[in-house]
Formats: sequence, C-alpha cells, structure tokens
Amino acid sequence: MATQDVDPLDVERVRADFPILERDIDGQPLVYLDNAATSQTPERVIDAISEYYRSYNANVHRGIHQLSQESSIAYEDAHDRIAEFIGADGREEIAFTLNTTQAMNTVAYAWGLNELGPGDEVVLTEMEHHASLVTWQQIAKRTGADCKYIPITDDGYLDMEAAAELITDDTQMVSVVHVSNTLGTINPVAELADIAHDHDAYIYVDGAQSVPHKPIDVKAMDCDFFAFSGHKMCGPTGTGAMYGKRHILEEMQPYLYGGEMILKVDFDEASWNELPWKFEAGTQNIAGGIALAEACDYLDDIGLERIQRHEQQLTEYAYDRLTEHEDVEVYGPPGDDRAGLVAFNIAGAHAHDLSSILNDFAVAVRAGDHCTQPLHDVLGASASARASFYLYNTREEVDMLVEAVDEARQLFA
Amino acid sequence: MYQEVILDHYRNPRRWGRLSPVTFSHTGENTSCGDELTFDLRLAEDGETIEEVTFTGEGCAISIASASLLAEELPGMTLSEVRDLDREDALDLLGIELTPMRVPCAVLAEKVVQDGIESHEEGT
Repeated sequence: MATQDVDPLDVERVRADFPILERDIDGQPLVYLDNAATSQTPERVIDAISEYYRSYNANVHRGIHQLSQESSIAYEDAHDRIAEFIGADGREEIAFTLNTTQAMNTVAYAWGLNELGPGDEVVLTEMEHHASLVTWQQIAKRTGADCKYIPITDDGYLDMEAAAELITDDTQMVSVVHVSNTLGTINPVAELADIAHDHDAYIYVDGAQSVPHKPIDVKAMDCDFFAFSGHKMCGPTGTGAMYGKRHILEEMQPYLYGGEMILKVDFDEASWNELPWKFEAGTQNIAGGIALAEACDYLDDIGLERIQRHEQQLTEYAYDRLTEHEDVEVYGPPGDDRAGLVAFNIAGAHAHDLSSILNDFAVAVRAGDHCTQPLHDVLGASASARASFYLYNTREEVDMLVEAVDEARQLFA
Repeated sequence: MYQEVILDHYRNPRRWGRLSPVTFSHTGENTSCGDELTFDLRLAEDGETIEEVTFTGEGCAISIASASLLAEELPGMTLSEVRDLDREDALDLLGIELTPMRVPCAVLAEKVVQDGIESHEEGT
C-alpha cells in the first residue's frame, strides 16, 4: 500500500497545533477519542475564522465595496480549494452545505422528489447513517419508491453478491456510506458505482468518515454525488459540501429558494443562478467555508497518506488490545482492515455506563447508537461505545483507553 | 457514580417482571440512550392506592437502578403522591452525583410511572 512509503507523523508537533489538547478534565489530561463525531480544530483554522471577522467580514456577491469583494473572492476560492481536495472539476461541482446531512437532503429533495416514483428503487446499505437512511426512507414514502438494503456479512463487510442482485434496472439511486461510522468498514464504492452505472442508476457516496482520513478522488471513484462535513476534518461546525457531476447539477432543480440562488425574478417567475450558487440560498457560513479551505490546506500540509497510516497503526493497536479479553466485543472487520475507529461493548455493561467510567479517566468516546439504529439492530446491540482516532492521537492515549475499559470490566464483571 | 448500591440494584433489580392481574401498564423510552422501561401497577380497591408494582426493561445501570429503587417505594403510595414527585425526588432516591448528560437516565422511571398514571386517569 502506498501509505507504507511515507515518513511517520510527528505527533507531538501536530498536537502543538491544537490548543484544546492542552486542557485537562478534572486535573487529568484530555484523551480525545471522539473524532468520528467531531474533530478538534487547529490554531490556523481558528485564526482563519478570526481573521475573516476582524478584517474582511462582508456578505458575498452583494456589493461592490472593497470588503465584499475580498470576502467574495475568498469564499469563491474556498470552493475551488474544496473541489481540488476531493478531485472535483471546479467550484461548479461543489455547493457548500451545513454538513453531510444537508447535502444528503439537497440531493434527496432536489433530485429524488422530482425523479422518483412508484416502481423505482433506492438501494442503500444496512450500515447507512441516519443521514441517508431516514432521508431516503421519507422521500420514498412521498414518491411511492422503495428502499432496499444491501446486507452486511458477519465480519462487517457489504455482501457484494447481494448488492449485485439488489441493484437492478428499477434502481434509480444507490446511496452508500464510504466508511461506516460504526463498523469502520471501508466500502468498495468504485465497484458499487460500476454496478449502479451498469443499470443507469446514480450513486451517492456519504464521505463524512472518509474525507478527513484518506485521499479522495471523486473522479476515480466515478460517483455522481458525494458529501462530507467540515467539522470532522479539522474545520468548523456548520460547514460541509455536496459534490455532484456538473451535468447532473445543471439539470437538477434547487432545494432551497431565496436570495443568492436566483438569476432573475419577477412576480410570477424566477430563474436560477449558475453553479454552484443555485444550491446556496441565503447568506451562507462564509467564515466557515473559508476556514474549511484552510483545514484542507492544513491536512494537505501534513499529508493525508501520513495521517491515514498513523490512524491505521493506532487502530490496529487498539483493536488488538481491546480484543485480548473475551468479554469485550468489537464490531466490524479485523483490526488491520478498517478505518480509524473501534466500536465495542463489554459484557454486562451498558455503553453509557462504560462511557461514564471512561470519562472519569478523561477519556472521551461516543456512546449510543451513533445514528445507526438499524445497524445496531442487525448487530443485536442497543448501543455501543466508540473510540475514534485522528492525527493527534497517540499510542499512550490508546493505553489510557484500555486501562479505563479494564476498570469498567472489573466493575461490571 | 457507580456505588455498590447502584450496581446491586442494576445486577439484581427489585420487583422485576410482569404483573398479573394489572390495573395499568406503561412503557417509556429515553431516546438519547435507548433505555426502555415498562411499569405494571395494580391499584387497591380505592382506585387510588398502589398495591403492587413490577417493572422490566433495558437500559444502563443508572436507569435500571433508579427504576428498581422507585419500584420499592411505590407500594402504599397514592397516585396523587406519585404525580407530585419531581426530578429532585428521583435524584434523591438515587443518592449520587450525576453529570448532566446522565440525568435523563435517572428520571426515566419516574416519568414512565407518571405518564402511565396520566394515561390511566384520562381513560377512566
């Protein structure tokens, strides 16, 4: 794998970029292992937000005064930067959104509501996040279309034979999570794109858990839509993007109406602005979008392959340590073939109790269903605890996690 | 947080099971956690005094222990006394310091019983 060829990450240097990592929790150093929920923010991204409000805060595309020009250019350039970051063809293919969920809803409302009807099918996976699962479920109810789910195998992979059966000429959309936020499974999205396209269906890829952690090339993947969130990739909350192939976005109706997204309006009619502004109604999170581009610069400066390799090492170590004990159940593929997260349960304890005990050690993990309730039904667990890693996490922090888990195991044994 | 009394009530919940005959049952969930509790109540002939209580459910140590502790308290209480219980009563019963995120777990049992009483009284 290419990731074996890069120099290791200098974690101590990286940690110095994140002011929050200096804080403690009741006198103990913070061990932040909830990165799949939200990542921490490096100083230069915080500075980018601050710089915007301190020196050129103005609405974009609204005025010809100097500040508006500066903010407009920075905001437009941010679209180019995000396009470059994921291999899109330019700003026309990138609409900024609040998050992955809003991108999903844009596709579902703007495309799905207009294109789907009785007899049409949307094929999802059992490991979908509620962001796509609930959205397509509701759009299907409104349009008379059906949702089908590609099942998972016992070791947490997609059953690709079933996928080939489920995706048919009735399929209009294949909506699949790139990396499972619960299992850590890395799905073969390019292969699924081929199958979808063989049946003239579109494919939407939820990149919320992939974009922060590995190099992405939407053209190589050949997905029709792609979406991700800024706050999981060192960017601010309330930022994200929807990618769509240009010719599809050109045909697609807008989802939200209002200012900025229009070209010409009279009392009876309106026409739509050019891409991508057609999909950005109203004043956007301008500072956030600009800061998201800064986050892309930050991640590229460190190197996504280097980050990916670092996370792989931590994840494999955590997986091996946690599975040493029979009363710990880890969900998903083996430790050497998963993204940087580990969801688990210990026998006799609810995930929330586990998380409370971990918090006593200043270890932050997520506990709950991780917005994948149907997947948890398949796993036979009402909830799980999830440790998720990022570029600033260390092997010592994994040791602290394991020590805290051991404490919980003893308490609930 | 996890004192022996809490762990004891979690491992061996008192008044666990389903009740028959029963005057009314009620199920409620704590959606943030996925905790779910079902309380069965039987009233005395006066229709106001709780004679018997059982519960079942699934949840964390805090929600199960607080349900168990509440179930022990309920027999002999009147419906109006139970209706008057508030959050503080549920937390006092548990007797431990909770972080804000865990408070919903601790008050779930009381809420399920109170909602059950409300439904019962609306229906009679």
